[in-house]
Amino acid sequence: MKKIFTRMGDGSPVEMTETEIRRDLEEGTREAALRGKIPALGEGDLKHLLEIFTIPFRFVSVERGKEIVLSYDAGTLKIRRVGLSVNRIQALQIYEKLFGADTMELAHVDYSFKSIKPIVGNEQPVLEQALLVTHIPLFYGAMPNLGLYSQPDGPFPNPAELLPQGKIAEARRSYEDSVEAAVKDMVYVSTAMIESGADGINFDTTGAAGDPDFLATLRAAEILKKKYPDLCIELGMAGEFVLGMHGGLEYDGVRLAGLYPHQQVKLAEKAGVTIFGPVVNTNTSRSIPWNLSRSVTFMKACAEVSRIPIHVNMGMGVGAVTVTDHPPIDVVSRASKAMVEITRLDGL
Amino acid sequence: MGVGDPYGMAITHAIASGLGGMRGAGDLVARMQMSRGMRINEAKAYVASKLKIGVMDLTDPVIMTELRQELGLGTVTPLPGGTKGIEAKFRMAEFLGIDINCVKRFRHNASF
Repeated sequence: MKKIFTRMGDGSPVEMTETEIRRDLEEGTREAALRGKIPALGEGDLKHLLEIFTIPFRFVSVERGKEIVLSYDAGTLKIRRVGLSVNRIQALQIYEKLFGADTMELAHVDYSFKSIKPIVGNEQPVLEQALLVTHIPLFYGAMPNLGLYSQPDGPFPNPAELLPQGKIAEARRSYEDSVEAAVKDMVYVSTAMIESGADGINFDTTGAAGDPDFLATLRAAEILKKKYPDLCIELGMAGEFVLGMHGGLEYDGVRLAGLYPHQQVKLAEKAGVTIFGPVVNTNTSRSIPWNLSRSVTFMKACAEVSRIPIHVNMGMGVGAVTVTDHPPIDVVSRASKAMVEITRLDGL
Repeated sequence: MGVGDPYGMAITHAIASGLGGMRGAGDLVARMQMSRGMRINEAKAYVASKLKIGVMDLTDPVIMTELRQELGLGTVTPLPGGTKGIEAKFRMAEFLGIDINCVKRFRHNASF
């Protein structure tokens, strides 16, 4: 039987038969449906996914008219990471004029609100100057990164040290204190950048430190939205479900630990978030067909219940993109096409 | 979007499924999502109706370059005397009927 080229989640090339791909597509959607308690993909969607994988071309795209908006978390950092000797305003212009970007994001190399707080006065003039020479909407973005609030990096006792000692209440108290401090930092930095003219604020990799991280970001979004009702707030997640590092934290009466994208988005809406960025992690030991089917299943459920625009995260290691620094275009273009054509998303 | 080198990530997604930014009307559609919370089809329809073109034409660089020049919305290749940067954003705010934060700030700081 004819072999079809695809990859594993770690990026390694693999050849599969059409039957094997179909089997992985079915298993991937079943796995997502089981975990998320959401509908599995129907026959039409599975057939479409199979077609996308069996197209022989190295690059595929969406049908004309189905294009979506792109936003770029950690935007200017991507230029720095590959070692280009250009400044951040030039990086914004490269994305705008050379890469066809619909929006862009100014970011500091130490991409956390806590780290930016003491130097925000240096960040503001960069954004102000960038806004004079660019055309596309500019976000200012950073991570809530609650990991920076515990010792030795921050002021509060380290829960990772307290928990093995059985000090559950103390660990939880530390997380709760971190939430309060992080909210203040996020609101402080965001306010400064909004006053400097930012078109939006991006809270990137929200939930990386679990439920306290997610709670702090929801609260910061709520405060900022009350202060600036016209402000665009994008909230992008770090992982597919909220880790219960505290376990008992709630927002608006909903326990945060264990929430999946279709549940997370409802809280983001309540907090006043404008654009939500859900995530599904890539499993490196399963095939891309399995990962993509699983990802699309989660994202379809999320986009269907959402009342706000959805920009699905599709970078390295998420959204069925391989866990590699240089994602292969055969995988990225297939994932991009499938995600846009099967779900009701609004952007990536 | 997400992590990855610009060729594998930004450029690949842009060509596979993006609106093309200011080669087309991608930035304008994005502004409607950001300022009004419009979902993709509503945002596209809004911008297309303002531009008096079809939704399919929003990504057409030939149609959109002409329109952007005519309306002063900024173009990828800047023309002598043409609107650029913040000047173009003044036009965008007026054309789309939205507030643009940096335009408000510029107006406030530049006025006597």
